[in-house]
Amino acid sequence: MTNQLNALLIMVLVINLFSLGTSRILAVIRIVALQGALLGLLPFLVHAHVSVPAILIAFAAIALKSFAIPAIMTRALRDAQIKREVEPLIGFLPSILLGAAATAFALIFTSQLPLLDQHAGSLLVPASMATILTGFILLTTRFKALTQVVGYLVLENGIFIFGMLLIEAMPLVVEAGVLLDLFVGIFVICIITNHINSAFSSMDTRRLVTLKE
Amino acid sequence: MAFALVLLPFVLAALAATIPSNRGRPWLLPLAGTLHLVLTLRALLRPDRGGGHGWLALDPPGRIILLQVSVLYLLCALYAVGYLRHRQERSNRVFCVCLLSFLGTMSLVTWSHHLGLMWVGMEATTLVTAPLIYFNRTKQSIEATWKYLMVGSVGIALALVGTFFLAYAAMHAGVEPTLTSENLLLHALQLSKPWLHAAFVLLLVGYGTKMGLAPMHTWKPDAYGEAPGVVGAILAGGVTNCAALALLRIYHICGAAGETVYASRLLLALGLLSMAVAGIFMVGQRDFKRMLAYSSVEHMGILALGLGIGAPAMFGTLLHVITNGMTKGVLFLSAGNIHRAYASKRIDQVRGAIRRLPLSGWVFLAGFLAITGSPPFGPFISEFAILNGAFDAGRFVIAGFFLFLLLVVFIGMGATVLHVVQGRPPAEVRQSSYHDGWLTVAPVMIFMGLVLLLGLYIPKSLSILLKDAVHYLEVRP
Repeated sequence: MTNQLNALLIMVLVINLFSLGTSRILAVIRIVALQGALLGLLPFLVHAHVSVPAILIAFAAIALKSFAIPAIMTRALRDAQIKREVEPLIGFLPSILLGAAATAFALIFTSQLPLLDQHAGSLLVPASMATILTGFILLTTRFKALTQVVGYLVLENGIFIFGMLLIEAMPLVVEAGVLLDLFVGIFVICIITNHINSAFSSMDTRRLVTLKE
Repeated sequence: MAFALVLLPFVLAALAATIPSNRGRPWLLPLAGTLHLVLTLRALLRPDRGGGHGWLALDPPGRIILLQVSVLYLLCALYAVGYLRHRQERSNRVFCVCLLSFLGTMSLVTWSHHLGLMWVGMEATTLVTAPLIYFNRTKQSIEATWKYLMVGSVGIALALVGTFFLAYAAMHAGVEPTLTSENLLLHALQLSKPWLHAAFVLLLVGYGTKMGLAPMHTWKPDAYGEAPGVVGAILAGGVTNCAALALLRIYHICGAAGETVYASRLLLALGLLSMAVAGIFMVGQRDFKRMLAYSSVEHMGILALGLGIGAPAMFGTLLHVITNGMTKGVLFLSAGNIHRAYASKRIDQVRGAIRRLPLSGWVFLAGFLAITGSPPFGPFISEFAILNGAFDAGRFVIAGFFLFLLLVVFIGMGATVLHVVQGRPPAEVRQSSYHDGWLTVAPVMIFMGLVLLLGLYIPKSLSILLKDAVHYLEVRP
């Protein structure tokens, strides 16, 4: 069980690096959708006996993260007629290196935290931290509004991984609420990105600089 | 009761979405506000019948926030009817639906006894208030909404990580990690310390972002500056207070776990930093709505500082939540009127507000005196109580900084406010036909009356509520 789980989590980590290293926004959206689908499988690997609520949450997560949200974003991308993230704050290769450094940091950091015996061998906690940090890197170093949304999605994916540790503790209504909030949040943000695009004729957040002291 | 308070606003929001009349729809706002206030008072008078459900129970600090936001909302709702009359050129459907939903999400935050549920409520307040900031549909308002959403969402995501860490801290201790406040308080001493520390930092940054503590306050001036005045009042007096309540609950758990020193140090640092940043940016501020945003940063800093000082300042801190919330109502609503009359919020174009709008102008000036802690208004009493608490706790250096920063803010804010209200309205500036109407002035006057009342006399029932909360927060299981 732990081996399969760790294999899956390593794929998640590889996807993190890929999302940092590509300039095509559509590719980033698709690869993050794949990451969402992989995460949907996590509940089945974390626990031997999966309860009905956990299955429901897993399906809802897959439906949202790998179909609904990517569909909204792909549409927004098509409307905006952009293809690439040009001139990010840090280049793509340095981004990958930064992502790798973040992963290493996550591994070292979590080795300092006390873990329960049943979680000691799994990569859940470091993978979660590394994914959260990857989300941060995307959010802060990319300038296209849509790429930043993808960064936020990756950040949420990281939190979802950590949530796996607590799957028995969290009541269904809270899990569902978290997912719903995420979905509505991305939805609202996508609407705003569309408005940014029509008002500024660009998705570049560097144009949003009129408000300052 | 809890379900009624949370669900009723959503039902009315759904109703608002179906009403076709742009003039009639806003009246649902005061209706919702009135019903909510009546239900709130009933829930407060009969706490035993408040709700038996494990996740929805009203703890004493929650009562204070619920009451404060309910009163704030009703007055803002009345004002909103008057405001939206002036904005008939634009559909207010989304505006009304979001403003009504906000009341439901706010109730959820105050009633949540489950930290996960509280997070859901807090995130929902972000989402429903974002379209409100965007009401004016200008380029600037898009920019403000974008920053509000991104900074707010990332902040609140960190709060979720913190909540999960807290659950893991319980799980590591072998406690069933239900994440209800009760359970966490009961087993606080067993919680795994490293996880608890990490959780507190993340929750402080997360909910601190929603409160607008420096250095996570960057969204605030933009959002408050571009949003309609009534939305500013709701954000500065409602959303931020909900976030402060969330932080208060976390602080309570940390205190019960014997980590008061750790939590206090961080809170004091952030509190003083917020006051300092607010003071720096208020001096020479050319935009009076952005100035109010920095005032909100300052007062959230005061709340963090009060929490950091701990038990001796707790009464003052809780009172300050109320007095600050009410005074923010005065300031944002009267500033909204002035903005409307001059069609500008730059102080080089806005002068002589007292001549142009005698009521709004005077009350704006009085609101400024109140918020900077001048007697005989409410914030004077609460800030004085916090200062007293700081001396009681032996924190003389902190108290000194506190006083100094209050002075800086008074001077910085005073220059801008006096510039706005004094003198003659410039002739060359194009002015709108707006004049004070009873719907846009009466709520401001009532807010002002409440602020004055709180300064002169605190009703017995309110002081019981406050003392209950102080007592509740002091208890170490």
